[in-house]
Amino acid sequence: MSHCIVSKTLWPVSEPAAASIVLFSARVPAGFPSPAEDHAEARLDLNEHLIDHPTATFFVRVSGESMLGAGIHDGDLLIVDRSLTPSDGDIVIAVIDGEHLVKRLSVSRSGVALLSENPAYHPIRLSSDQQLHIWGVVRHCVTSFRRGVR
Amino acid sequence: MSRIFVLADLQNAYVSMERVFRPKLEGVPTVVLSSNDGCAIARSEEAKSLGVLMGQPYFQLRDLERQAGLVALSSNFALYSDMSQRFVSLLSDFAPDTEQFSIDEVFQEWTELPLPDRTAYAQRIRQQVRQWLGLPIRLSIAQTKTIAKLGQVVLKKRLHPAAVDGVFDFIPLPVSELEAVMAQIPVGDVWGIGRQLAPKLQGLGIQTALDLRLADAGQLQRTFSVVMARTVRELQGEVCIELEDAPPPKQQIMCSRSFGQPLYELTELSGAVTHYAGRVAEKLRRQRAIAGQVMVFIRTSPFRRKEPQYSNSIVVPLPANCSDTLAITHASLTGLKQLYRSGFAYAKAGVMLMDICTAGAGQGDLFAPDPVETARREKLMQTMDLINRQLGRGTIRVASEARPKGWEMRQTRRTPAYTTRWNELLIVKAS
Repeated sequence: MSHCIVSKTLWPVSEPAAASIVLFSARVPAGFPSPAEDHAEARLDLNEHLIDHPTATFFVRVSGESMLGAGIHDGDLLIVDRSLTPSDGDIVIAVIDGEHLVKRLSVSRSGVALLSENPAYHPIRLSSDQQLHIWGVVRHCVTSFRRGVR
Repeated sequence: MSRIFVLADLQNAYVSMERVFRPKLEGVPTVVLSSNDGCAIARSEEAKSLGVLMGQPYFQLRDLERQAGLVALSSNFALYSDMSQRFVSLLSDFAPDTEQFSIDEVFQEWTELPLPDRTAYAQRIRQQVRQWLGLPIRLSIAQTKTIAKLGQVVLKKRLHPAAVDGVFDFIPLPVSELEAVMAQIPVGDVWGIGRQLAPKLQGLGIQTALDLRLADAGQLQRTFSVVMARTVRELQGEVCIELEDAPPPKQQIMCSRSFGQPLYELTELSGAVTHYAGRVAEKLRRQRAIAGQVMVFIRTSPFRRKEPQYSNSIVVPLPANCSDTLAITHASLTGLKQLYRSGFAYAKAGVMLMDICTAGAGQGDLFAPDPVETARREKLMQTMDLINRQLGRGTIRVASEARPKGWEMRQTRRTPAYTTRWNELLIVKAS
C-alpha cells in the first residue's frame, strides 16, 4: 500500500511549494517500480479549470429571478472575468444608475441592449449618447442544491 | 544608455477600490477613516475640493457629512490588500522586475525590455488595470527611482505640458526641461526628504528639487548622511537605489489599537493584550522568525486631559527565543500585571516583539526547553495557523482572549469584504 502525503504551504514563499512523500507500508524490493508511478497526475483543481485570469476574476452573488431562463437562480454564485471583451450574447454584469445588474448583452445593428431572461422583464435599450458600463463577463454560474458550511 | 525605472501608483487607492464595488460613490466626496474611525486616511478628489485634509479627525468632518453629502467609510483592509495584490500581480505580467513598494505603489525596471514606444506600453498597462480591476493608475518613467517618484507630483500638478493622461516620461527630456520641472518641486516632496530634513535643507538655501540636484553630494553626505548623498546623486541621474527583491524582515513587530470604549479592569485589558499577542506571534511565524523580548504598553487617552493620566510600558524577556503564541501571550500578560493600576480609563494598549532573528539563526541556549516539547509546540502553532487560515482569523485563540470584548475597534461604516469572505460577496441584481 502506498500513501501520499502532501504538505500545504501556508503563505507565499520563495521556495517551491509542496513536498510530496510517498510511503510504503511494506518494503519494496529494489528494481520493481510501481506501475502507477509513471502515470500519476495532479488531482483535478476546480480553480484552474474554471478561472483563466485569477487577477481579473471576482465572485458575486445573484439576487432575483430575471435570469432564470439562462439557468441563473436567486442566490447563485457567478464567476465574473473582467479581462474578457464583452460581445453579443454574453451574460454580463452591467452598472446602470450605480447598480450592478446581471443581464444578457445584445449588440446588433439596431444598437446595444441589456436583456433579461424572463418574459416579465423589459429589455434596457441604451440610447446613442448613453455609455455602457460593463463590469465584467459572467463565465460560469454555480447553483448549489445542498448548501455546505459556508 | 540610461536605465529605465518606472513607478506605477494607484490614484486615491482606498477610495477607488471602494468605488469598484459601490459605483454610486463615483463623483461623491468620499473619505476612508483610520482604524477605529479616527481620522481621514484617504480622500477622493471631491473630498479634497471640499477642503478635507489628510489625517483630519472624523469629528471635524461631521458638518460636511450633513451639509455637503460627504461619505465617510471605515477602512476595509481585507479588500484593499486583496486588490493591491491583484494590482502587483497584473503589473508583474508586464515586467519581470517588479517591486511592491507600498500598498498602492509599485516600482519596475524596464531597462531590459525591448520597447520602441514606452509611453504606449505604459498606456496599455493603464488600460488593462482600468479594465481588469476598475482602478485608475499613473505611471512615471525615469532614469532613477528617485526621479520616477517625482513624477507623481509632476502628474498631479501638471508641471509639464506632456504630463497628461496619467503617464510621464522623464527620459527624453532635455536637461533644461528636466531642471525646469524640478525647480517647481519643493525639496520636501523629494523621496527620502521628510518633514525633519526639509527645514534643514531650506536653511542651507536648498528650497527645490533642482537646488538639491545641483548641490554637492559629498558635502551633504558630511552634513547629513550617505542616504542624503544617494538622493542627490539619484536626482542627478545616477542610479544608487536598486529594485529590492524582497522586503527585509521586520525588526520589530507591533500590534496596538485604541479601544472602542475606555477599559478599566485588568480582565478586560488581558483580553485585548492576549489578542494582540496572538496577532504578533502569527506575523512572526509568517516571517519564519523568532523573538527574544516582548514589550507591552498601556495608556489613558491624552485627549481627555481632565481625567487622570497614566502611560507605561515594560519589556519582558522571553525564556527562550521563540515564536510560540502561548509563551508570548504569557510574557505579555505577566508584563501587563506589572503595569496595571486600577482607577484609570485605559484607551489604548499594544504588544511589540523585539530582538527578532531568523529561526535557526539564534544562538544555542543552555536553558532551552526540552526539544521534544518544543517540537510539539511548533506542531500546535502550525495547526493553529492552518485552522485560522482556513476558517477565519481567531477561530482558535488563547482562552484569556474570551469575551466581553469592549476593546474591539469601532468600525461602523465598513463596506463588505467583497473579495475575501464568502458571506460578504458583491450582490448583483437579476430583477
